[in-house]
Amino acid sequence: MNRYLLPLVAALILIPIMILGLRSDPSELPSQYLGKPAPEFNLPTLKDPTQFISTADLRGQASLVNIWATWCGGCRAEHPFLMTLSKEQNVPIYAINWRDNREDALKWLAQLGDPYVASGFDGDGRVGIDWGAYGAPETFLLNAEGYVVYRLTGPLNRALWEQEFVPRLAELAK
Amino acid sequence: MMNRLMLVLVSVLFAVSASAIDSGKAFDDPAMQARYDRLIAEVRCVTCQNQNIKDSNAFIAADLRREIRRLMGEGKSDTEIADFLVTRYGDFVLYKPRYTGKTLALWVAPFLLVLFGGFGIFRVVRHRMTLPIEDEGRTQ
Repeated sequence: MNRYLLPLVAALILIPIMILGLRSDPSELPSQYLGKPAPEFNLPTLKDPTQFISTADLRGQASLVNIWATWCGGCRAEHPFLMTLSKEQNVPIYAINWRDNREDALKWLAQLGDPYVASGFDGDGRVGIDWGAYGAPETFLLNAEGYVVYRLTGPLNRALWEQEFVPRLAELAK
Repeated sequence: MMNRLMLVLVSVLFAVSASAIDSGKAFDDPAMQARYDRLIAEVRCVTCQNQNIKDSNAFIAADLRREIRRLMGEGKSDTEIADFLVTRYGDFVLYKPRYTGKTLALWVAPFLLVLFGGFGIFRVVRHRMTLPIEDEGRTQ
């Protein structure tokens, strides 16, 4: 009997670990800024290069920071939902227009609508790297102090909004 | 005939590698260039995760190479450059993870497994040595 005990115990320990391993997506990198202040940035806005938007502008209330670009298919997919969000929610959406071309980005916003309070123009992609972005779109939820509460990689939609953002926003509002 | 085929194959292979990634050298100083080549080979491309940024054409890899060139130009050490990357992308970004609390299991586990395995074999073998020698295969 004793000789089966050790393998049994080992299996009981390993099985839950392996199940957890199966559930996690290894290609999804967790943001290094969760629970930490969002990385500092100071970018000219898309619409007016003489105006700047910085981390300080994001403080004061919970906000979203959306990293997007016109070359990004997922960004087009999530754009209609961002438009809806900007109308029905009172969470300001800021944008970092990542490694893009100013004319294309402005054309996009003119054609599809502009859900953003302000867009910072990160033409060379340095701010995207500072934020640990590895694809677009990415959407960060920041609290009123400018700390990163959550990061979504990939297009945002209604289901993900309800599932990931709504409970966290409710928590922040307490 | 075979020789000619080989020549074609080899030139095709070289054509592929020649067209890859940044053309030209990043640094004039050969020592810096060697250091740069070593650094970019140790950094994982974050969108194309089984490639390093040396071999990847992804824009994020190009951006990370540019950042590494910039940091090297600013005289940053290898550790400072690794810190820059890990702050933004986590330990995962380095092919050779650093020794920290979080990566301890990664470094220690192989040795522990060999130790446990060895101990297991040792016990089995020692147990068998105490068994009487018998001819199991034959019945008479």
